[in-house]
Amino acid sequence: MAEVLKAPLVVEFPFTRSLGPVQSAFLSGLRERVVLGVRGGDGRVLVPPVEYDPVTSEELDELVEVAPTGTVTTWAWNHEPRRGQPLDRPFAWVLVRLDGAGTGLLHALDAPDGPGSVRTGMRVRVRWAQDRSGAITDIACFEPYEAGEAGTPGEAGEPAPHDGRFADPVTGIVAPARLDYTYSPGRAQSAHLRALAERRVVGERCPSCRKVYVPPRGACPTCGVATSERVEVGPRGTVTTFCIVNIKAAHTANLDIEVPYVYAHIALDGADLALHGRIAGIPYDRVRMGLRVEPVWPDGGGHPDHYRPTGEPDADYETYKELL
Amino acid sequence: MPVPRPLRDIAVVAFAQSDHRRTSDELSEVEMLLPVLHRVLDRTGLRTGDIGFTCSGSTDYLAGRAFSFTMALDGVGAWPPISESHVEMDGAWALYEAWTKLLTGDADTALVYAYGKSSPGSVRDVLTRQLDPYYVAPLWPDSVALAALQAQALVDAGDTDEPALAAVASRSRRAATGNPHAQLRGPVPQGDYVVRPLRTGDCPPIGDGTAAVVLASGERARELCERPAWIRGIDHRIEAHGLGVRDLTDSPSTRLAAERAGAFDAPVDTAELHAPFSSQEVVLRRALRLDDSVEVNPSGGALAANPVMATGLIRIGEAADRIRRGDSDRALAHATSGPCLQQNLVAVLEGDPR
Repeated sequence: MAEVLKAPLVVEFPFTRSLGPVQSAFLSGLRERVVLGVRGGDGRVLVPPVEYDPVTSEELDELVEVAPTGTVTTWAWNHEPRRGQPLDRPFAWVLVRLDGAGTGLLHALDAPDGPGSVRTGMRVRVRWAQDRSGAITDIACFEPYEAGEAGTPGEAGEPAPHDGRFADPVTGIVAPARLDYTYSPGRAQSAHLRALAERRVVGERCPSCRKVYVPPRGACPTCGVATSERVEVGPRGTVTTFCIVNIKAAHTANLDIEVPYVYAHIALDGADLALHGRIAGIPYDRVRMGLRVEPVWPDGGGHPDHYRPTGEPDADYETYKELL
Repeated sequence: MPVPRPLRDIAVVAFAQSDHRRTSDELSEVEMLLPVLHRVLDRTGLRTGDIGFTCSGSTDYLAGRAFSFTMALDGVGAWPPISESHVEMDGAWALYEAWTKLLTGDADTALVYAYGKSSPGSVRDVLTRQLDPYYVAPLWPDSVALAALQAQALVDAGDTDEPALAAVASRSRRAATGNPHAQLRGPVPQGDYVVRPLRTGDCPPIGDGTAAVVLASGERARELCERPAWIRGIDHRIEAHGLGVRDLTDSPSTRLAAERAGAFDAPVDTAELHAPFSSQEVVLRRALRLDDSVEVNPSGGALAANPVMATGLIRIGEAADRIRRGDSDRALAHATSGPCLQQNLVAVLEGDPR
């Protein structure tokens, strides 16, 4: 068997998320170097604050200000930081119970003296990011603060009430996410793609129902068995149904395609499943069911760029009515 | 008071799994799945058309292949349309859905399958995308880092130490020498820290694999299997989602699920625990009150093979297989999902008296 195909694949999205009132107050506060918590039904101050009580599920709204200093409740030494993490040099992941809070906040601890300098119970304080936008990353990280005794903003022992109001509050966040893969399409699709590079269209036949699938996915969806017999189909085929696209592509490789254009289901000769492709080389309003077409290959091979009329007489409806 | 029996007797009647491997470049998900689906159906003599309900568990994020779960359905033979469902969770939760479907009487048999293809991506980073998107995911804390925070909390509490964790790891891989499907078998070095205090040996192998189970009710189960593994109880529970809200050294959700599944009503002889990290076995043993009389993870567990999204279903399948073979009369199977044992499912399986 030929070696399977592989290619790098990046999946990347900016996720835009709206915030509830408690999250909005917390993230607006971070932008202003204020750390807010919310009091839960059991009296605990939750930091980071949540919209609903983790025990009773009651809606929460009693905001309080806690200190930017706190105590490490557990830690883990990360000697090889990964992309996106708060620091690009070795650091400790920590849960920190800020002074006045009853729960831990997850973040990074910058500990230049290494893992030997980190312990549960150590005192730390927030290091604020230079540029703050209303996000958890407005806390750049924590840093050791051994001199500091436990205290609260009001020094009263109890966190101070806060109305959660800030000028120009943050109402949403944009969280970019990126994951990198090495994509391999598997046995059947690798063979299909290799054939396309040679301007051939290869499908696979089901050993049970004898149908030929193009492009092949390795299994017959009707019989639930592996397909393996390779069958060359086309290159000519019949338009079984189509639509007229009137909206221009907003981005990607299709920018230079003028609208309106026709997108069609095409049953290649010998295939038992229609695939889809763009029809060109004919005015869009002349395309019809039964039109005979052939692929137009791009330079260097790969998927057909589009299909164009062959000039043959139209196919009889009876020959493709099962392939709509 | 003992937990009452379910409304209907439902059993695991067959189980199959792939060999779990570091990579499976040559196979798409459905190509990886097909042989396992055929094997599990062969064990019962059932054909796709005989199955009343099909449910699967997987996540497209692992391999970065959109709608892979719909393409995987090709392997079932889903046309003409079958009664089918999918959960973006470990297959153990797909089994739970199938169990409820059988309880209603809508179906007498169910096919449950799960697959995970971690090799194309970086599973440590992929799993960050399941975290709280506001306060946690933007920091990209990977799955090993979060487990390490839990491990350190256990060390600080005096519940374990590095030698004890290493012993869990080596016992698991030693047990896996009897499991031809496992990815890591026999002696595996504890290695260096990945995220301290967890070393390579404390972490699960990264790999690809798949598993499938057939459920059947009542007499149908007895027709299909000589010794069905009856599901006496099954329940799943979740912790508060804030990591800092939880006591990471304990697993109240596991304990509650076990109570509701009737796990404490009588002793079990076997427990298949889904503990991807050695430190998590420490938490689970205590939450489930397992003493030395219980054989824990005779398959090697998640430390020997961890096809993410299938590992929990495999625990149920391995426990059921021991009952079918007569190696167990009453077994507990546990599955987990999320960071630091966030969600936990417990099933209690029993064989007919011998």
